[in-house]
Amino acid sequence: MADKNTVLSIKNVSKRFDELQVLDDISLDVREGGLVSVIGGSGCGKSTLLRLIGGLDSPSEGTITINGKEVKAPSRKVGFVFQDHRLLPWLTVSDNIKFALDKTVDNQDEIVDKNLKLVGLEGFKNSYPSQLSGGMAQRVAIARALANEPDILLLDEPFGALDAMTRITMQDELLKIWEEKKVTMILITHDIDESIYLGEQVVILSDRPGKIKKIVPISKICHYERNGSEFARTKKIIYKEFFKEREFDVGYVI
Amino acid sequence: MEVTFKKNKVAKKRSAFPVAKAIGSAFLYIALPIVILIVWEIVCHAGVVQVYNMPAPEIILKDAWEKITAGVLWKHISISFLRVLEGFLIALVAALVLGILIGLSKTIERITELTLQILKPIPPIAWIPLAILWFGIGESSKLYIIFYGAFFPILLNTVDGIHNIDKKYLELGRVYEVDRLKLIRKVVLPGALPQILTGIRVGLGNAWVCVVAAEMIAATKGVGYMLSNGRSMSRADDVILAMLLIGIVGKIMDDVLKLISGKIMKWS
Repeated sequence: MADKNTVLSIKNVSKRFDELQVLDDISLDVREGGLVSVIGGSGCGKSTLLRLIGGLDSPSEGTITINGKEVKAPSRKVGFVFQDHRLLPWLTVSDNIKFALDKTVDNQDEIVDKNLKLVGLEGFKNSYPSQLSGGMAQRVAIARALANEPDILLLDEPFGALDAMTRITMQDELLKIWEEKKVTMILITHDIDESIYLGEQVVILSDRPGKIKKIVPISKICHYERNGSEFARTKKIIYKEFFKEREFDVGYVI
Repeated sequence: MEVTFKKNKVAKKRSAFPVAKAIGSAFLYIALPIVILIVWEIVCHAGVVQVYNMPAPEIILKDAWEKITAGVLWKHISISFLRVLEGFLIALVAALVLGILIGLSKTIERITELTLQILKPIPPIAWIPLAILWFGIGESSKLYIIFYGAFFPILLNTVDGIHNIDKKYLELGRVYEVDRLKLIRKVVLPGALPQILTGIRVGLGNAWVCVVAAEMIAATKGVGYMLSNGRSMSRADDVILAMLLIGIVGKIMDDVLKLISGKIMKWS
């Protein structure tokens, strides 16, 4: 059960929209500095779960606590990265990051510089989002989410809209940030490879209503070797939760 | 790590002769007016139309030159322009303030809804009789008509612009606990700006239409007066000249606003 290292604690959470049951009895603890990926098919309620953690919606039943405090409304202490970068097109990169900061923060420029450096975008302070590529814009969104030094970073399919090559680079970047900042992260994804490569554990949600089907612990080696045998073995375990493998009948092969 | 700038706009196809292309484009732009002028001139000389009703372009040009050298033309244009500017600026401030209030508050929207819906279909011209009764035939009645003409397009576009802001940006404001004032300054107003600017352009166009209407009824100066005076003097050349001026000045004002809009929205 919850020990003192637990940052996020989800207890028996269900969510209904009118008659539609979206999440059913979800319980999950995430330790400080943990990185949990949540995977499920489309419409399984994984984004809803993240919105509940972020305080954008409230659960129909159950409680969610962050650092012992129940989540009732969104907080700056919870960073949110959406699938679309959601930068304000009329603000420069620097002003977009400042948008997330409270006006009582004095060293705003310093915070902007520090976080842009973290995501490798020094020198783009005065660019407008329309001048950035999709990957760069998503980096700014991550920098913005980290600007408030959040207790927990929620990522809702953050690389889903990026091309395959950029996605791999961004996954590496995210791991680097995670190791450097030691910030707790919850990553929603529908990409099995991504869930293994980034997660310390992969939470598999079943389809409608979303229920925790299985929690697969991921060996650390998977964060280094995308093509290793451990990665392939883990992938097979998760794959089987979603799809049946076709039988290959070798009987007639001479 | 490699980072590259993505080109904001799709690069235009490079022509082998960019100058030639620009000239060609400029020619297309002015070709139709020139053809119309030539045909017009020919028609007048061929005696197809009665020249005292439909004077040839050269007659109108001569008329314009006489009025320019006498300094009358500039007087008429500047007085109309100043009237428009005055009425338009008052309308701009009033419509923006009210539009923002209505856009932000459901209560204010409900309170003003019915009144505005009834006032909106009344054309500015329909206000002229009452405006004259109220304010006399001096400047105030004209200003009122111009104000009225510019007010509604700006108001309605401001309200719409605010209502149409992408909800995901408002959600972003919630995620980062952005207070109301900052949300208005950083999200609501810039988000609504493109549509507000559209409203301003339509409003200015309307104001220009209204000044002509107001001056045709009661004025001793201005392009509208040129029109009505030309009619009573049976000077078709004066009338057509005034009409052309209205068109040309209106186009220039719209161009200037378009330029300013582009400068304000430097992010796009």
